[in-house]
Parts: sequence; structure tokens; C-alpha cells
Amino acid sequence: MSSEVRFITKNFGKYNPDSIDSYISIGGFSALKKAVKMDGEDIASVIAAAKVKGRGGAAYDMGRKWSQARAVKGEHKLVICNADEGETCTFKDRELIKNDPFNLIEGMIIGAYTVQARDGYIYMREEYRHLRPRLLSAIKQAEEKGFLGDNILGVKGFNFRLHLYSGAGAYVCGEGTALIRSIEGKAGRPRMKPPFIKVSGAFALPTCINNVESFSIVPHLLLDDSNVYTNCGNGESIGTKLVSVGGNVRKPGVYEVPFGTTVREIIFGLAEGIPGGRRLRLVQFGGASGKVSDERILDTPYTYDDLKAAGVDVGTGSLLVIDDRTSVIDFLRYTQAFFSHESCGQCTPCREGNLHMKLLLDKLAAGEAHPCDIEKMKKIANIMTLTSLCGLGEAAQNALLSAMKIFPEVFAVGGAH
Amino acid sequence: MQTEAKQAFSISDELANQIDQVLAAHDHDATQIVGILLEVQDLIPQQYVPEAVAFYIAEKLPIKVSIIYDCLTFYSSLSDKPRAKYPVEICRSVVCRVNDSDSLLDTLKKILNIEVGEVTYDGRFMIEEVPCFGACDVAPAIRINGKVYGHLDTPEKVRSVLSSLM
Repeated sequence: MSSEVRFITKNFGKYNPDSIDSYISIGGFSALKKAVKMDGEDIASVIAAAKVKGRGGAAYDMGRKWSQARAVKGEHKLVICNADEGETCTFKDRELIKNDPFNLIEGMIIGAYTVQARDGYIYMREEYRHLRPRLLSAIKQAEEKGFLGDNILGVKGFNFRLHLYSGAGAYVCGEGTALIRSIEGKAGRPRMKPPFIKVSGAFALPTCINNVESFSIVPHLLLDDSNVYTNCGNGESIGTKLVSVGGNVRKPGVYEVPFGTTVREIIFGLAEGIPGGRRLRLVQFGGASGKVSDERILDTPYTYDDLKAAGVDVGTGSLLVIDDRTSVIDFLRYTQAFFSHESCGQCTPCREGNLHMKLLLDKLAAGEAHPCDIEKMKKIANIMTLTSLCGLGEAAQNALLSAMKIFPEVFAVGGAH
Repeated sequence: MQTEAKQAFSISDELANQIDQVLAAHDHDATQIVGILLEVQDLIPQQYVPEAVAFYIAEKLPIKVSIIYDCLTFYSSLSDKPRAKYPVEICRSVVCRVNDSDSLLDTLKKILNIEVGEVTYDGRFMIEEVPCFGACDVAPAIRINGKVYGHLDTPEKVRSVLSSLM
């Protein structure tokens, strides 16, 4: 059984990712050539018509984002590619950069043309440093061929340069304002919004940030005359999605699936199921900050709406499969350890909340929790969600709060202490 | 031992030259300080940024040394304390945990005869627990100086990785 499609990943293995000539030989940069004959607003419309949603996790309407970025006034604007893929069990952007770096660059140049940006930044996590030489060389080759620089493709005034910046092991830098501070050469602590990034981003310039996968869709979409992309999926979930499947499965990896594929097909078809005849305990969707479900989710179609109705989200597109050797509590403790480590410590709810959640989970794991401890966990989780400064603190307790709904028995502790 | 190393550290002409090259490659652009520090850290045998080096970079860029220390202490891939020639980073995130990274950690401790955070007597290895580095498809995994070693589910495989570095 295979329901994989090749749209975003169609170039994988088709060319030598270290050679721009090889990329051009398979039709590379023809989307850019088409784009520069179009009006920027029309490019944004193509993306909006295909209902592409940001692939970093927030699922913001990408056509709308580009249209808004285009409308912002400013002599000097920026586009940024967020390649700080830090959510656990998420490694799709790694595969895109590794196998198809020129397509990402082409997508960014089209983005720059659309929103009228002069400089672009790829902010890649330190953990992917082995991909740095490839990206640097790709940028250099694109400069030599005139796809980056001044008057690109002979379009007067279309000047765009690309810079590669490295993260340094801070998950919080995947958050837009933290990422921007990091690019400015500072510690990546998030800041309050407004001002919004689209108006005042890196170096206080209007900035449009997209994920690697989001940029990578664009060249293919512009050339998709036979509507391969828009014929996939339905409703609000059009096209295909890269999913990263990991944990206790036989074949972990990145798969491109049409929206509407069932969760069962992804886990038991593409990833070939759980080894050793063990049973599924839970699935976490969308990274460490994602929500969980159990086998009840398996026949749900993988779409934004269906997953939401089932209590989880697409998020970064990861599916972490956990079998019955790991208890729900241990899973939550591992996830909590991640957030306790990654909280930047700037705002109180996230810093203190994560600390106390760890202590409460340890108490629960030791069988020493009282019903009031469960209430305390709910209270702290809700305070964190409502009052944290950035998305990290807001989303840190998603796994716990969803697990409380799915596995109430785990939290049903006796009251007679 | 660590204090001695810190006091003893002085910048050789060769290192100064190498640092200058890194700074030049980054156009002496202070916004690129994180990338600069990562590259300079690679030049130091114990994989850290000594105080003397931090001050040297601060003077050359120029940039306030407090900004350098803000970065050194904020970003977990950067260190202002001596590490080892081969810091063995073991992923302790959930994906590796459910693929038995606990046994992998035990194996590492046994083979190297050190605990997490400790350095071997010869300064070659240390064990560091780190969050997910995106090698979930080859869990359980470790990373040494940027290189990922995956599927480490037997002591033999771990031993062979460590021996390849000797």
C-alpha cells in the first residue's frame, strides 16, 4: 500500500544538488522566469487559490501573508526562510535542503519578487551544519548565474541577495521575533508583538518569514498547469504535505502525502506500522508542542479540519508514534524535560510553569500525586497558555492538556492521602 | 583541571590568524556573531570559546564583550567552558527515548567510564545530553562535532563509532 505522491519532492534524486547546471537541466528556474512576467499580486493569488498554509506549524494563509507583505510600504524589505526546524520528530526541512536546495532558493527569489524584498536570510539550525556547505555553494552558484544580485533576469530594479545565518541550538529561535533577534546578532529572546514582523522585523525592516516547505512549494505551484496540486485534498486542505514519521515505527522517514490520507495509511502503510507486534499507545502530532491522541485517531483523514475536529493539529506535520512500552506519564515527562530545557527564562509563566510542571509530573509518576495536584497541573498549564510571552510557553502544555482528555484514567488519582 | 586550562589558555599566532580569517569571511559583520562563535569554537581543541578569545573577537569586530557572553551563555551549542575533543551529544528527546536511548546512555557511560557532563582523563570524550537534533529517523542517535551517528542500538555499534575516532 502506498499513497505517496511526488509534488513538493518531485526533484528529489532527479538532479545533483551541488550543481546549478544540473538543476537547470531539469527545468530549474523556469518558475522564476514565469514569475517575473507576472504581477506580484497575481503570484500571491495563485498561492491563495491553492489555499497553501504556512508549513512551519502555525498554518497561516500563505497567499494572504505574501499579499500583506507586498502591501507594506518600505524601501528595504526582507524575506526570511525559517529553517530552524526544532520541533521533535520533525525533519522534513532537512530533507528539502539536502535534496533540493536550489528549489528552496528559487522559491525565496520568487518570494522576494512578490513582496519586493531586497535581502533574504536563511536561518538554519546549528544541528544541520552538515548542510551549510551545500547551501552556501548553491547561493554562490545562483549569484554567478545571475539569479541573485542586481537586475535579476533582466528585470530592472529587481535586486535580491541571500544570506545564510546559523542558529546555535536554541529551540525558541524558531519563534519569529526570537529568530529575528538571533539574525541581528543577539541572544534569541522573543519580544512582545506589536510591532508585527511584517511591519518591523529584522533590523526593524518589514519582513516576511516562511518555512522551508512553504517556499519550496511555490516554484512547483507556479508551473502546475495540469493542477496536480490542487486536485489533491479537499475543502480547506488542498494539495500535499510532507509528514515526518518517527518513534516506534518500522520505517521512520519523511513522506509526501495528499491531504485526506488517513492517519492509519501514514503510520501503518507508509511507515509500515509498529514493530514487534506491540500496540499503539499514542500519537503526537506536530512536534513537542503538539497534541496527542490514541488509536481512535487512526481512521481520521489527515486534513487541517478533520484533525482539529479530532482534537489535534497538523502543526509541523510530524507524527510521533509511541507503542505500549512507554507509559503516558513517561512520554509527558520526556516532553516536559524538553520544554524545561528550552524555555528561554525571560517570562515568568513559562520559566516557573515548566519547572513546576516537571515536579508535578515526577510526583504523579512516583504515585504520590493527590487530586489537588492534578488540579494544580491544569491550572498552571492554563496560566502558561494564556499568559506566556511567546508561542513556546503557550504551546508547551498542549501534550499534557490533550493527554488529560484522551487518557483520563492516568490522571484519576485516589484522594485518600 | 578546568581552571588550569582556562588560566593557561593563550592565543597562539596561528589561532589568531585563523580567527582573523573567520572574521574576514563574515565581513567583520557583528550581526553574524553567532556564526562566528560557532566557527571559532571549532578551532579550539576543547570545543569552547575561552575568555581570551571572547575578548579578542570583541576587540577585532568590534563588539561589546557582554554581547558575546550573552550569546555564549544563551545558545546551548556554544560553550564558555572547556569541553572535550569529541563531545558526545546524546539526544534525550522523546523520539530517541522511546527508541531506548536510556540503554545507549548507559553504554556510553560504561565504555567511557564517565557520567554526563564529565570529561575522560585524556580530555578526548565527554557526554552531553541534548534535545532533538532532527535525526529521529535513525534514533537512537548521537552527534559528535556535527556528525550524526544513528541506529546505535547495540554496544558493539557504539564501540565501533567511538573507536573510529581514536
